[in-house]
Amino acid sequence: MALSVALIVSAVAIFVAMLIVMLRLFIGPSLYDRVLAVNSFGTKTVLLIAVLNFIGGRPEFLDIALLYALINFVGTIAILKFFRYRSFQMAMSSVRGRAGMPVDKEE
Amino acid sequence: MTYIPSLDMSTFVDIILLAFLLLSALAVVIMRHLFSVVMVGGVYSLLSAAFFVNLDAVDVAFTEAAVGAGVSTVLMLGALMLTARREKPVTSQHSRLPLLAVLVTGAALIYATFDMPAFGDPGSPANSYVGMDYMERTPHEIDVPNVVTAVLASYRGFDTLGEVVVVFAAGLGVLVLLGMGFTGGTAPGKDEEDQA
Repeated sequence: MALSVALIVSAVAIFVAMLIVMLRLFIGPSLYDRVLAVNSFGTKTVLLIAVLNFIGGRPEFLDIALLYALINFVGTIAILKFFRYRSFQMAMSSVRGRAGMPVDKEE
Repeated sequence: MTYIPSLDMSTFVDIILLAFLLLSALAVVIMRHLFSVVMVGGVYSLLSAAFFVNLDAVDVAFTEAAVGAGVSTVLMLGALMLTARREKPVTSQHSRLPLLAVLVTGAALIYATFDMPAFGDPGSPANSYVGMDYMERTPHEIDVPNVVTAVLASYRGFDTLGEVVVVFAAGLGVLVLLGMGFTGGTAPGKDEEDQA
């Protein structure tokens, strides 16, 4: 009983955190605020799914939460690569030896 | 069907997630900075994925998270590089026809839900014919606990294999057409040698 109360309290806390992160996403002055907001919103989704699965009594769905964490990570990397190189194509093809160099300076 | 614990909690979660979805959809409409719109779109996908998990449709939710939050965000960012940074303000005269189209489509969709069976209705078509057959046969025929996975990966295995082949061929075709940057004469490695 105490465990389920703790789970419900944590679900409510995650909802509050989601709301705060969404506010940062909407008003966030810089673009990096928004990227960070999306990333931490993805983390909140992972946590929410995990907590909901434990509340529902089926912790085997924890695997899905783990997969969401992976997708979230890859998505954030893609967005940051967009910032760094302004192009996904160069970001992929510049693997050979010159990964640290921004494309703009090449010309 | 071990669904007994906390049905109220599920409804409560649904209401909160739908409220968040509404908030982010409104933000997409109001915002003018396109990069922020793409970011809010990613959050919208994550929220709908959480909503689908809460409705027990984990496979749909996983597709939504992978395609909606992952791939389409990247595609939108790619499209963003070809266009302006900010959306132009829309005059109220121009927004009338799209608003009418959206309202009519929304009304039609809501009207269509009246014909749908209730959520979890045992007499609904999905639960009464071949679905129950799969539910009965899966535990002893196939050693997979999830019935949807058993149907997709075993009963309809060849169908799924064909889908995978089609998607793989489409991906290969796109890569061949777009070139990935290192086909032809403009490979970055050659540039480097020329400079040196």
